Amino acid sequence: MEIRMLIGSIVTLIGAIFIFLGALGIVRMPDLYNRLQTGTKASTLGTILSIAGIGIINPEWAGKAFIIISFVMMTNPVSSHTLARGAHHIGIPLSDKTVIDKLQEAETEENKEDQI
Amino acid sequence: MNLKNVLQIFVLSYLTWLALNWSVHTDVLVTGAIISVLIAVLLCSQCSVLQEVRLTPKSFAYAFGFVGVFWIELFKSNFDVARRVLTPSLPINPGIVEVKTRLKSNIGKMLLANAITLTPGTLTVDILGDRMFIHWIDVSSTDINEATHAIVSKFEKYLEVMYG
Repeated sequence: MEIRMLIGSIVTLIGAIFIFLGALGIVRMPDLYNRLQTGTKASTLGTILSIAGIGIINPEWAGKAFIIISFVMMTNPVSSHTLARGAHHIGIPLSDKTVIDKLQEAETEENKEDQI
Repeated sequence: MNLKNVLQIFVLSYLTWLALNWSVHTDVLVTGAIISVLIAVLLCSQCSVLQEVRLTPKSFAYAFGFVGVFWIELFKSNFDVARRVLTPSLPINPGIVEVKTRLKSNIGKMLLANAITLTPGTLTVDILGDRMFIHWIDVSSTDINEATHAIVSKFEKYLEVMYG
């Protein structure tokens, strides 16, 4: 019991640290796309670890924890992908550090073909 | 009505129900079976989400391989993000690169895009046919082939066997 409590608490703590780093990344990154990057990855693993820790402390909740983890893993990347796609579509600019934007080039090509 | 689809949805929702309840009492089992049958027959006689999944021993083995690689990459990506965020100079070199995928099925592409989004420094922005546009936090090559090799290949070899 004690050991399980200890392991679960440590796992949950690690998850909380990752969520904190994700929040810090959202503050520090220069543009929307980089913020999404840190936001998605850190929050996904942070949430997974926090919930897994609860599942370790209370084994009878392990099934529910597993279901929540599966849904987080399926939906989190989809939402960030949709946000990034929408943002690019309405023309939110990338930061000055950006080196290349192939999607912009592809869209310009398509527009040219449409006009011809 | 496609019996295979209905059966897949039934098994999936029944397993979800069992995991949520975490007990094997008769009343729980019977209620779950009735609800799962209703969902599968009434709501999902047209669902084709899982139609493209191949159910062979080899594809199961590759599914386990995919999950393993995916978890390793997820942890790597988090340490990578943590390192970048905590470095005072903010070492990023972002850009949107194009990669090609050999996958044909929709669910295969979806899993690939999700896996790319959750792995180190990459975020799927758009998909046009077999071209995927990836926001890369640290662009090391703008060439299509090299970017494909760096981002897509490690997942594609598993997904190709699972979904084609």
